[in-house]
This record gives sequence, C-alpha cells and structure tokens, in this order.
Amino acid sequence: MKNNVAALVVGIFFAMGLGISGMTRPEKVFGFLDIFRSWDASLIFVMAGAVIVHFIAFRFIVRRKSPLFSAKWHLPTNTEITFPLIAGSFLFGVGWALAGYCPGPALVSLASFQSRPIIFFVSMIFGMFLFRLVDRRFNIKR
Amino acid sequence: MENYYLQYYLPYYLPLIGGLLIGAAVSLMLVLNGRVTGVSGIIYGATVASTKGDKAWRWYFISGMLVGGFILKVLKPDAFSGGLPTQDWTLVVAGLLVGFGTVLGSGCTSGHGVCGTSRLSLRSLAATVTFILAGVIAVYVFRRLGVFL
Repeated sequence: MKNNVAALVVGIFFAMGLGISGMTRPEKVFGFLDIFRSWDASLIFVMAGAVIVHFIAFRFIVRRKSPLFSAKWHLPTNTEITFPLIAGSFLFGVGWALAGYCPGPALVSLASFQSRPIIFFVSMIFGMFLFRLVDRRFNIKR
Repeated sequence: MENYYLQYYLPYYLPLIGGLLIGAAVSLMLVLNGRVTGVSGIIYGATVASTKGDKAWRWYFISGMLVGGFILKVLKPDAFSGGLPTQDWTLVVAGLLVGFGTVLGSGCTSGHGVCGTSRLSLRSLAATVTFILAGVIAVYVFRRLGVFL
C-alpha cells in the first residue's frame, strides 16, 4: 500500500512539473523541434533541470541496499542498443512531432477534457495494443 | 503567470523550475519504490500488457497524474493549450506512432530522456537522440507537406 501512495504522490508532482514547465502545451514541444524557424529552447531547460536533479540523487539513492518501500531495485538491466530500440524511438519521435504530445503530457492533459489530447491518448493506447498483437506473433527482442 | 517582465527577460525560468520538479519526482519514485518513472511503460503495463500482480502502483501513478492535471486546471489553466493547429486525423496517426513506438523502443521522454540519461545509460541516450532527431526531421517534412495549418 505504501508503494501505491508513493506512486500517487510522484504522479502529482510529475504532473505539476510538466504543467509548470509548459510541456502540456504542444506548441512548446513543436517549437523545440522546429529548429529551422523561431526555435523555443524550453524543452532543453526542462530536460536539463530534471537530469541534473536525478543525476545527483541517483548516485546517493542507489548506495542503499534497497528502496524504502520495496525489497529490491526494479531498474532496467538491458544495455544493448538494438534495432527495435532505435526503430521504436524513431516512430515515437515522428508521432511526438505530429501531435506535440508525448505520453506524460498527454495523460496529464486528459484532465483538461479537451478533445485533442483525448483523441491522441485513446489512439496511443490502441497503438500499444497493436504492438502487443505484433509482439505475440513475432516475440520481438527489445 | 502574470509577471510580464520576469517572463520577458527570463523566458526559461518556468521550464527550469518544472524540470527540477520532474527530477525530484522521479528521484522520489526511485528512493521509495526503486523504480524508473517511465510514463509509456507505466501506461502499457497498466492497460494492455500482461503484468500480473504488478498493476496497482501503475494505476495509482496514473491517478496521481490526473489529480495533478486537475490541480493545474484550477491553478494554472493556461497550462493546457488544446493542441497544435492540425486536422483531427493527425492526432490519430500521432497516437498510434507514439503508442507503438514507445513500447517497441522501451521508453519515452521520461523513461529514456530523463531517467535513463541521468543513469548514463547508453541505451537511453541512443533512444533520446533518435527520437529528438526524428522529431526535428518530422516537423520539417510535415511542414513541407502542409500538415500544420
């Protein structure tokens, strides 16, 4: 149960961070990717702020034997740069540019009840479902 | 934010503050639950994936994100702009690409871009460079094609 409350609190902070930083406004993301016009560097500052904090915090946190509310760490162990990693990231980048939403901001924007983030989000879940179907058939090594 | 001068002279102070908050949030997730805060993976695991017995915390995180969204809607309604000037079908295509792509690529801006790069994971760094480059190219091509109205 502690785990769940922690996840809830993290979700709230994360959403506030996205909203304050402007990342729930797709034109900010678009402005960042649109380097040949009037470039908006906001996203760099968001990423830099987040990475600086987590880069330092990570170093201290993983010195512990285990996290506070779990018996073990659940960190990714795969280090291989695979074709699915690059191909998937490429497809994601194209979709990200087209809508200006990535999964986090799209999820937070559902609370606005605006139609466009809702259409995007529903379609995104369907895209994940399509992956599941393809994966069942071909068992992709990601 | 009504402070015009602060915004005019320091256009990036809010992105930086928001970024620091995001960094704090993902650090909290790590120290408490020992997990990476990868939003695409959390959503996939909560909905379509067969992660038996491992769904509850994911739904709590998703609920937290929505609660955060409602707080923003009340305190900072301009946080939501409603989207880019494109036709509705582009959102369907974009959603499919993002949904399929993030699971195939094992992560998105949060999991790879923030958490992975902070851990100095080459895998995440490769993914992050790829989706940013793809995004830059895509914006250029879509603009040429007249997708953005």
